[in-house]
Amino acid sequence: MTIAWYLAVSAIIFVIGAAGVLIRRNPLVILLCLELMLNAANLALIGFSKMWGNNAGQIFALIVMVVAACEVTVGLGVIVAMHRHRLPADVDAMRELRG
Amino acid sequence: MSYLIFFIAATGTLAGAIGVIMLKDPFYSVLALVVHLISLAVLFMLLQAEFVAAAQVVVYAGAVMVLYVFVVSYIGGQNLTTGQGPGRAGTLGAFACGAALVIELFIAVLGSGLKAIGTTGAHTAAGFGNPERIGALFLTKFLAPFEIASYLLLLAAVGAVTLARRRGGLEDGVEDPARISVADFMRPRPYYTGTLAEGFGHPDSLSASHAAERQERPT
Repeated sequence: MTIAWYLAVSAIIFVIGAAGVLIRRNPLVILLCLELMLNAANLALIGFSKMWGNNAGQIFALIVMVVAACEVTVGLGVIVAMHRHRLPADVDAMRELRG
Repeated sequence: MSYLIFFIAATGTLAGAIGVIMLKDPFYSVLALVVHLISLAVLFMLLQAEFVAAAQVVVYAGAVMVLYVFVVSYIGGQNLTTGQGPGRAGTLGAFACGAALVIELFIAVLGSGLKAIGTTGAHTAAGFGNPERIGALFLTKFLAPFEIASYLLLLAAVGAVTLARRRGGLEDGVEDPARISVADFMRPRPYYTGTLAEGFGHPDSLSASHAAERQERPT
């Protein structure tokens, strides 16, 4: 398969993730959609890594995975804190930083 | 053969991604993301990124998804989104934005004029993307990002624990946090301070009002 096919799949996954952020309001699902977008970027990075025959793109993808893991950890911590304060799991209802 | 594997894996990734945003229950969304991640690992294998594919399955589909499943089970489905949704116009607007974005990305990526985009990639040596190569790069050329990533993970872990822990320890006997004095920090702490029991709420750690509050909470 040519690299263009992988890039097309990556673009479609990214757009699905972006649409999910727009249409869903549960913060858990929004975090999952962020994962989708990061994974789309990873697929593009690895596709370009293969295209140039250079391992640097794969290193970049691994660092993106680390950043994604950090983001998930903090995001889930915020969601658990919201649950502890009995706030609704709805991003439209979250208007205050003070907690 | 690689064509067949590519189309099966690409269908799996796209179906998983659509499942994530379309399924109502967040638990099923997490399971759809697992399907997506494993199919994506197959695509990584096809691109000769063996180590990244293995890390994807072990770290993402293993560890991160278990974290998600725990949190979804902890939050439960009882407080799903309440009130009005984005509405029909909002959903249509979101899909219009998505369609515009996909067209733009296709023009930007596929029409970029990169010569090699229509090939199967550069000819690579046998060890391309195996753990040995990746490890050597991480410890030589990319040592600084590797170390910074470790600090980032440490910060995220500490931050998550700080955010999600139950505030306890000084609550008993201190009604107003604004009137905390130094003497309060000198009082002996309960024996379970700093353990998991404090985080999850040891029976002894709850004052009477907290205990009553805890009783009426539907769990």
